Amino acid sequence: MSTPASIVAVLLVTVATLVIGAYGLRMARTTSDFYVASRTVSPAWNASAISGEYLSAASFLGVAGLILAYGVDMLWYPVGYTAGYLILLLFVAAPLRRSGAYTLPDFAEARLSSIPVRRISSVLVVVIGWLYLVPQLQGASLTLHTVTGAPPWAGSLIVAIVVLTNVLAGGMRSITFVQAFQYWTKVTALLVPLVVVLLHWQASGGPTPAGTAFPTTREPIQVQLATGTSVQAPASAQVVVHGSLDGADVNGPVTLTAGTHYLGAGATVLLPAGTVVPQGLGASTVHNSTWLRPLQGGPGTDHPLYATYSLMLATFLGTMGLPHVLVRFYTNPDGRSARRATVAVLVLLSGFYLLPTVYGVLARVYTPDLLLTGRTDAAVLLLPARVIPGPLGQLLSALVTAGAFAAFLSTSSGLTVSVSGVLAQDVLRRVASVRAFRWASVVAVTIPYLISVAAYRLPVADAVGLAFAVAASSFCPLLLLGIWWRRLTDVGAATGLVVGGGLAALAVLTTILTHPTSGWTAALLTQPAAWCVPLAFTVMVATSYATRRRLPEGTGRALARMHTPESLSLRPDPTA
Amino acid sequence: MPDSATTLAIAGLVAFGGAALAYRVLAHRRGLGSAADRATFATLHTASLAAPPLRAGLTKTGATKAARHLRALLGASALAITDGQQLLVWEGTGDSHAAEAVEHARRVMESGRTEVLGATTLGCRQLDCPVRTAVIAPISAGGHVIGTLAAYSGAASAGLVRATQEVAGWVSGQVELAELGASRTRLMEAELRALRAQISPHFIYNSLTAIASFVRTDPERARELLLEFADFTRYSFRRHGDFTTLAEELRSIERYLLLERARFGDRLVVSLQIAPEVLPVALPFLCLQPIVENAVRHGLESRPGRGSIAIVAENVGTEAHISIEDDGVGIEPEQVRRALSGEGGGSSMGLANVDARLRQVYGDEYGLVIETAVGAGTKVSVRLPKFHPGVRAS
Repeated sequence: MSTPASIVAVLLVTVATLVIGAYGLRMARTTSDFYVASRTVSPAWNASAISGEYLSAASFLGVAGLILAYGVDMLWYPVGYTAGYLILLLFVAAPLRRSGAYTLPDFAEARLSSIPVRRISSVLVVVIGWLYLVPQLQGASLTLHTVTGAPPWAGSLIVAIVVLTNVLAGGMRSITFVQAFQYWTKVTALLVPLVVVLLHWQASGGPTPAGTAFPTTREPIQVQLATGTSVQAPASAQVVVHGSLDGADVNGPVTLTAGTHYLGAGATVLLPAGTVVPQGLGASTVHNSTWLRPLQGGPGTDHPLYATYSLMLATFLGTMGLPHVLVRFYTNPDGRSARRATVAVLVLLSGFYLLPTVYGVLARVYTPDLLLTGRTDAAVLLLPARVIPGPLGQLLSALVTAGAFAAFLSTSSGLTVSVSGVLAQDVLRRVASVRAFRWASVVAVTIPYLISVAAYRLPVADAVGLAFAVAASSFCPLLLLGIWWRRLTDVGAATGLVVGGGLAALAVLTTILTHPTSGWTAALLTQPAAWCVPLAFTVMVATSYATRRRLPEGTGRALARMHTPESLSLRPDPTA
Repeated sequence: MPDSATTLAIAGLVAFGGAALAYRVLAHRRGLGSAADRATFATLHTASLAAPPLRAGLTKTGATKAARHLRALLGASALAITDGQQLLVWEGTGDSHAAEAVEHARRVMESGRTEVLGATTLGCRQLDCPVRTAVIAPISAGGHVIGTLAAYSGAASAGLVRATQEVAGWVSGQVELAELGASRTRLMEAELRALRAQISPHFIYNSLTAIASFVRTDPERARELLLEFADFTRYSFRRHGDFTTLAEELRSIERYLLLERARFGDRLVVSLQIAPEVLPVALPFLCLQPIVENAVRHGLESRPGRGSIAIVAENVGTEAHISIEDDGVGIEPEQVRRALSGEGGGSSMGLANVDARLRQVYGDEYGLVIETAVGAGTKVSVRLPKFHPGVRAS
């Protein structure tokens, strides 16, 4: 669906991002007033910045796509993405801020005074950062594909180059106000089109997915398949096919009987209005009534109960281990304001996630053809133009596209900066060298690009879920035990990180490379959190008990510092 | 992928190098010397393994790690190290005697001489107990007995007594090295304390004179300035904590500049560009104010007309970069170099002090960077890591 408006929007966003990256610092406030200059960032601003950094391709495109395809079960994604901050608020935010750590490896060093644990944490930060970058690149390439028809590898490549240029030009800056602005850009880009779409939807009688038995086209739609796809037709459908169908060349109208068919690569399918859409996802939620019921199965699993609990565990506990989010907490002046910012983040995210959810539901009505190609992540991009015909719809679609692209570029840039910082500091061991940082950022973008090409079939939100699973099985035990359990030892933390993080990362790699589809193996591999997280906790606690003689010396002091509010002075102040 | 090709190439090189080394070692085995030589090497190697844990002093962890190697050196059934008050480690068999180790060591602690305890003293009821005699030697440091090393075995030979004495002497040497290290740390801390918080006497004198000039003409202003002065000195003279936050330090600089403005009036122009992200960064306290003071002195005092000072704090990844720039008369670079290397005092003593403290706290790569020339102004840059172990604002 190539529209000039969308192309212009993407170009504008790219140029704007590069300009802000290169000249952002010049917008910094210059004043002669100390009161203005030394004013810290308020929790509300900081919360916007955290949300702006956090809301990525998965939130912007992925959630709606998953809801379109798999229905009510997928609501756990937005719930989990938000609820992670609740756990962060209750157990981590304030003590982490008081510990004085800037990054997760810093925390490991401050709490356990151990350089090996610091190094292991650094490696995990890099792994999680890469896994999180993959879906950003995927989402961006999908957007480019939807707008210009570019092949997936080219889209990712263009985005990788733009991100790299941005990071190299802008160096290591990340400006709170720019990121805060990003949050509001993303909300606007989704909210404005949605309001217009909803008005239009109401005027046209408010059709809902429950209105028909199966997802049905409302107007004639032509679909082209980039890859050969096995589709399941729920009911017999009159379609026009140009290309290979079930191994035979077809060139004209044909009746697809209910059952499974195979459409070859490059085939074009014209779905007339009122056609029950053949679905290419192998989902168990083909029927609209099962789509509306929970525990019907998600992407690549036939153990929905297990998958749901595993997802909850991953997202609830994984948020605290995301490297680019945690560094933002350093901007808060103290533990109390860190807590207040987290509460504000909860409010902002809860508001935001209403939007992609509604998009997903409407997409089931208006863009069911995406179920045929399987590219459901494009739902948000296509919806406005599909609902509202004419230039207004095109314009709104362009707005959504621009917002999505801004989301990828900002999140990817932030992540790349975080990952290359760790690579330069802890792997290349060159803190101040600009050259080391540049090389590190090249590596930081190249590897996720290669993974994204290998994993192009994974839904975007699912790929992010994998990053969460690794974070939950490594940094969550480190942070929770490090903050709340005084008997954690360096050996315990190291083994827990290696076992939990390592196994989760292994499961994720296997998922990406082999695409397991059915049975318990697939469930355990695609949703590793449910077994990895308890395992990591157990290993960390057991090893700490086994090595209890190695209790780090400053443990008491570190814990007292983390848990004492700043307003309490630990030492008497003779001059106060 | 070029990465994997490089990895393969490196792996190949390492394998080749390893094979070549193994060949050399096998082919020239006799090059390692006679049997006696090899025994010496083995002993020296064991001793070198036991040394690092003892460098932290006579502690439970250190003793536990070293004991295994020391027992291997002595060839005793068991080895115990005490610090006179309690057992630090019991390494080897015969654990039932571990509880009595301190009691065994008591006489050695008092006399400072090596003792040999026989089976009657040890009084073991088990007939097959490998621990029948003990050789206990003192560990001393700085002329005091600070612990004991006991070798337990079936029979005490003269050789074992001699070896135990030698090993105890060697342990004493290592522990003394530890004490040396500890006193070096104390010296560094004392140095840091001596360096901290020097507000210049000039400034106190000048401020009080400036305030005095307002007492008659503008008593209200004089009162405000005195209060600012009081606040400034309270911050500068505070006792607790070596570190503060950038926000606090900026507040102190503000008070300092208010007092200087009382002298210079409108001649002093200050511009600030502070990234709010770096305000919570912890830094050694009073490490920016002397730089600003230096800028005021070079930017204003020695010449007529206006002088401007720019303070910039940037957020750069894991560090904060701070620069303080004036457009004043500048300094002779050679003079700055001398001041920073601790030779000759002069006007840049404050800078030398800050430089020394930053290096002391963060390491040598975090010293001051000063760009200056006569007539071209001065720019002083500081890099502060956002996190450094042990550096926390209090």
